[in-house]
Amino acid sequence: MIYEVFRQERKGQPFVHGGSFHAPDRPFADAYAREFYARRQESVALWVVPRDEILEIDEFPDEFDLKYRRVDGYSIKARLAIARERAGAATSSSDGEGP
Amino acid sequence: MTRPRADLLLELADDELILGWRDSEWTGIAPFLEEDVAFSSIAQNEIGHARALYELAARDLGTDADALAFDRPIAEYRCAPLVQLRRLEWARTIARHWLYETADAVRIEALKDSDDVEVAGLAGKIEREETYHRLHAEMWIERLLAAPEGRTRLEEALLELWPYALGVLEGELRETFAARVRERLPFGLPEVEAIPRDRHEPELAELLDEMTIVRRSAPVGAQW
Amino acid sequence: MSDARTAEFLEFVQAGGQVETDDWLPDEYRKRLIKFIEMHGNSELMGVLPERDWILRAPTLQRKLALTAKIQDEVGHCQLIYRVVEDLGKPRAQCLDDLISGKSKFHNVFHYPTKSWGDVGVIAWLVDAAAIISQKALLKCSYAPYARVMKKVCWEESFHILHGRDTVLAMVTGTPEQFELVQEAVTRWWEPLMHFHGTPIAAEEDPMVHWRIKSQGNEDARQQFLDGYVPQIRELGLELPDPKLRRNDEGVWEYTEPDWEKLTAVVTGHGPASQERLAFRRLSRAEVDWVSKAMLPEAA
Repeated sequence: MIYEVFRQERKGQPFVHGGSFHAPDRPFADAYAREFYARRQESVALWVVPRDEILEIDEFPDEFDLKYRRVDGYSIKARLAIARERAGAATSSSDGEGP
Repeated sequence: MTRPRADLLLELADDELILGWRDSEWTGIAPFLEEDVAFSSIAQNEIGHARALYELAARDLGTDADALAFDRPIAEYRCAPLVQLRRLEWARTIARHWLYETADAVRIEALKDSDDVEVAGLAGKIEREETYHRLHAEMWIERLLAAPEGRTRLEEALLELWPYALGVLEGELRETFAARVRERLPFGLPEVEAIPRDRHEPELAELLDEMTIVRRSAPVGAQW
Repeated sequence: MSDARTAEFLEFVQAGGQVETDDWLPDEYRKRLIKFIEMHGNSELMGVLPERDWILRAPTLQRKLALTAKIQDEVGHCQLIYRVVEDLGKPRAQCLDDLISGKSKFHNVFHYPTKSWGDVGVIAWLVDAAAIISQKALLKCSYAPYARVMKKVCWEESFHILHGRDTVLAMVTGTPEQFELVQEAVTRWWEPLMHFHGTPIAAEEDPMVHWRIKSQGNEDARQQFLDGYVPQIRELGLELPDPKLRRNDEGVWEYTEPDWEKLTAVVTGHGPASQERLAFRRLSRAEVDWVSKAMLPEAA
């Protein structure tokens, strides 16, 4: 069976995928995960999961432009310029466009 | 304790050293890659324990750990015959590993109660690593017993190594050890004569010869 | 359609893009990846053998521990790398079968015998130095799972070079006989080291660079090795067996052209220790076959 390992490098940090290995059962997976991902004390904690138990989802259709829920769905530059002009603002500096 | 401390330390250190050397014979050729890495760590731990024990003994004897590990005449090595046997096939390797760890646990538990704080302290440190070795040995015993071929091979191996294993300990400790082994196994082990610690297998001379081949090529005291 | 898709893929990776296991991969790319990564895994596994002979002969407890740990790392790297190959579609058992039958290859340096403790030091120092140069260049590999594994490999290997250099330093500062052990080893290993990074094929013509599996040309890697290590070797009073070896005014290392036919012969199984090493692997695999079959049927 293939087990996937997620490791935490320091307390408080997120668990990041480290790699995988073969093991016949849970006790072996426990031993091998320690060997492969912590024998130099490089992890403070490990999550060890049978690969088959991982539900992978990688399709996220966005057919109808759902960007109104994100910052990159907004471009306020033009409107802001008009608004500032109307309000008689002297200069328009950098503004708040999305990343 | 009536025995000199160094005497006791050397006995333990020699066991750990020679077993570590034997276990390292698997590094690179173990049954599968994951196990290779795990078993290699165990070999390194054994040698690490040997080094710590030799260092303590070396203070009493006015020498250093490497000199104790490499430079003594063969007659002075006190390691049990169980650890002297050269690389065995895998079921025998696991059988030796498990028998040794079970015996070592009995011995280390006793040492933790020693009046000598240094010895008791070191025994405590060794015990923490040996706990992992025992888990490793135990999971292998469990798996081998569960597979028909594994069980047959393991049973053969244990029968063969049993007199050697009994020789690791003496007296009450030996009895405690034998009881623990028998309790764990689904089959019986015979009443046999233990192979005593002072016996040297021919394989020990060959091993010592090989392990000192580089070291002996330069004058005593040379740096490596 | 498929051609357009391949062109798009190629454009993506050539611009520095990285792909994952589940992404669509052109057949040629997948085949080249498997062959290249499998050979890397094979090399880690075969690389164990030259040093393994000396595990029992390490002259101090410290060296024994370090050498065992180094070899342990190599086995671990083989495991990590074979996992990448498995996820690309070739099972580990098949990689092992192809390796021991001589169908697939492993790196040239692992076809040579290890004659002395001097060799052990020189391998750990210089062979690993050469290997790290190649492996660091793979951190940018277009196949992301492999690049990630390389990160762990490079991190773990950083100690190997130091262990090797320290072993060599202990000997060159020791007795004249110890110094000579190192000198002999350097002389012996120089040709395999010059072969290590491969023929000086132009990066633009290298299909591995084309697909951005590699990002560095062979000669670039060799120049980097010479630049980094020739001065370190010479400062110890060691001599290199190439009278033409020098750094010219443009900063380029000049050297006697290695015998490239010899390299081809070595990696196709005609090196001095090739057959003995393969026979040893066959034997040790047969010996433990029952264990892996009982324990890991899918990987055995």
